[in-house]
Amino acid sequence: MTRKQRRGVLIGTALAVLGLAVGLVLFAMRDSIVFFYTPTEVAEKQLAPGTRFRLGGLVEGGTVVRSEGTNVRFVVTDRAKQLPVTYTGVLPDLFREGQGVVAEGVMEADGVFHADSVLAKHDEKYMPPEIAEKLKAQGVWRGSDAK
Amino acid sequence: MIAETGHYALILALGVAILQTVLPLWGTRTRDPELMAIAVPAAQMQFLLIALAFGALMTAYITSDFSLATVWQNSAAAKPLLYKISGVWGNHEGSMVLWVLILALFGAAVATFGSNLPPELRANVLAVQGSIGVAFLLFIVMTSNPFLRLDPAPLDGNGLNPVLQDPALAFHPPFLYTGYVGFSMAFSFAVAALIDGRIDAAWARWVRPWTLLAWMCLTIGIAMGSWWAYYELGWGGFWFWDPVENASFMPWLAGTALLHSALVMEKRDALKVWTLLLAIITFSLSLMGTFLVRSGVLTSVHAFAVDPARGAFILGIMGLFIGGALTLFTWRAPLLKQGGIFAPISREGALVLNNLLLTTACAAVFVGTLYPLLLESLTGEKISVGAPFFNLTFAPLIVPLIIVLPFGPMLAWKRGDALGAAQRLTAAAAVALIIAVAILAATKRGPWLAPFGIGLGVWLIIGALTEIATRVRVFEVGPAEVWRRLRNLPRSAFGTLLAHGGLGMCVIGIVATTAWREERILALKPGEAADIAGYHLTFDGVAPRQGPNYRERVGLFSVTRSGAAVASLEPSKREFTVERNSTTEAAIHVSWRGDLYVVVGDALKEGAYSVRIYFNPLVRLIWLGAVVMFMGGAVSLSDRRLRVGAPRRAGSRAMPAKAAA
Repeated sequence: MTRKQRRGVLIGTALAVLGLAVGLVLFAMRDSIVFFYTPTEVAEKQLAPGTRFRLGGLVEGGTVVRSEGTNVRFVVTDRAKQLPVTYTGVLPDLFREGQGVVAEGVMEADGVFHADSVLAKHDEKYMPPEIAEKLKAQGVWRGSDAK
Repeated sequence: MIAETGHYALILALGVAILQTVLPLWGTRTRDPELMAIAVPAAQMQFLLIALAFGALMTAYITSDFSLATVWQNSAAAKPLLYKISGVWGNHEGSMVLWVLILALFGAAVATFGSNLPPELRANVLAVQGSIGVAFLLFIVMTSNPFLRLDPAPLDGNGLNPVLQDPALAFHPPFLYTGYVGFSMAFSFAVAALIDGRIDAAWARWVRPWTLLAWMCLTIGIAMGSWWAYYELGWGGFWFWDPVENASFMPWLAGTALLHSALVMEKRDALKVWTLLLAIITFSLSLMGTFLVRSGVLTSVHAFAVDPARGAFILGIMGLFIGGALTLFTWRAPLLKQGGIFAPISREGALVLNNLLLTTACAAVFVGTLYPLLLESLTGEKISVGAPFFNLTFAPLIVPLIIVLPFGPMLAWKRGDALGAAQRLTAAAAVALIIAVAILAATKRGPWLAPFGIGLGVWLIIGALTEIATRVRVFEVGPAEVWRRLRNLPRSAFGTLLAHGGLGMCVIGIVATTAWREERILALKPGEAADIAGYHLTFDGVAPRQGPNYRERVGLFSVTRSGAAVASLEPSKREFTVERNSTTEAAIHVSWRGDLYVVVGDALKEGAYSVRIYFNPLVRLIWLGAVVMFMGGAVSLSDRRLRVGAPRRAGSRAMPAKAAA
């Protein structure tokens, strides 16, 4: 095998691996990326039922209702629009009314967001910045004076 | 007073670091041995001064001196001593001091133990190392002063975030940072070689132990973080493909590639340019990890606008070092002489493939981690790239690596015999396949690919054992001769065995727990019971309890298996009084089959509690595998050729690129 052929093998393998990687990344990008919306954006975008996304906002006070088993319903608000959420499972520590929450799941035709995971990010110090920012943008952010 | 001493020491260290950067570089330019030699005491002094500052900060934490802003924000008088100590690096300012402390420690180690290095190389290495120190000390002094005073001093502090009050997490950052920062050695050596304009096999021999040490610490650091997330976050998951995790995983992948390419360079004097580039990339990824975690950019690209000075400063440091090193690389690398040609099927060829797959996998993680940031800053659209993306891109790149991995050590340098290697590995492949098929037949659920995943892990372990067996000729000579051969094997051979076998254990653990994990989410009233994976759990109710700095509500569970009592588990929910924060403490029953993992949640209606029970089969193998990999690194580090150190370069400047064997 000449030096040229050796180099050919090396470059060929490298290109094959890179090609595979690029293909995988593009494929995965199309299928496994989840957008992040606030209730207002959900209302604006008129998402088709069955769309998967992350919903961020505050848990509206007085809306947390536990029904049979570990099922729980609550309303997520960005102080402009509300969106009802249903979730079956154990809520994270520091899931509280009036606190920031991020839920991932699917919007169903009944207008309810069926979450399969709920993340509550700690106290006011840890308000998810993406929410704080959107709330600020809408002029409804109460800041860390909520203590 | 102690705090002021610390602050002063930090500023002095900055001054010393500047000297350490400028004078030796000037010395190598002007061939002035005295100027070059200044690097040694400067590096040692820089370390002592930073150690003094670090000691002062730690004293402030231990004595709960709340007149310091960082102590007030991150500590409390009632906190246990261990967490007062770990509180030092549990926050931005303190963790940056730890960062420069480790950086200076590595610099001082080269200064102290590097007396067999050529003086120019040592001067350049220490100068580059010093310049990194300058950048980060400047960053601390200008934007993140840990010794900021409060007047009047508050009576008690805010405490440390309770989820961080944990033994595994107390030691996670020091290991992780030793890993991150340890790669700075490879970087400094690479840049020094580029400044010098020459590089040889001996260079690789000097760089390898530092890289190996950094890699070991990073391995353990990542494993500790994963272990902590597993039992502390209450979800029973071991890896979340969270950007913070990826930030530490990328340097690990690149560092693993670097270890292997440095091997080729050391033995065969080939892949020199690539190894240099990889050294630069690895430390660049470490810098990027520091930037991602420290700037707050991860939660939102606009978050670092909250504290623009810090984010912009680290971005500047990153730009300077990565850009500078890469510019130097494009300018000087063509000057380096290439050596050592090899056939595609050879040890070198296998290691090139290893590098190709590792760096590509690293690039895939890079894209997944940074794409959301890029998209948000360009379009304002927020997306999350989660586990599905990484599973889909990372796994297909790593599986081929695992399949070809056992072949690597079997192939000879320069020109290997693929057929011979395949013959010797037939037994390993057969065992792996039989185990996979047996599991496929025995399990009724889970993806059909999973048994083959287990097979891959077995293939790695037996393949690694086969390599040793072949080298000592187990099936050809008598036991006495085998023993003699075993004792004569270099320790690095056992290092390879442990590292590759440990990876196999990780693979088995990851596949088993991902594919066959069982989960129950229930609302249980006292007296009710649940069944999972052959265990019978009875919920006996809850009890309040008082800890040193928290109150907790403990769920009481008694566990039986086929009627026999196995364990009583007490998961709890803790309320931390000072921090006004709560955590979930999982209770875990460990057996050789796997972990029984119980979490108790909120009170529901009619006296019931939400309870989550998991059975995670073989999950311990993941961390055990990481520990074995760490031990592999340690054994390899004790190998004679590294312990004794690299021999002197043969010849003088006139005869470069020749190393004594």
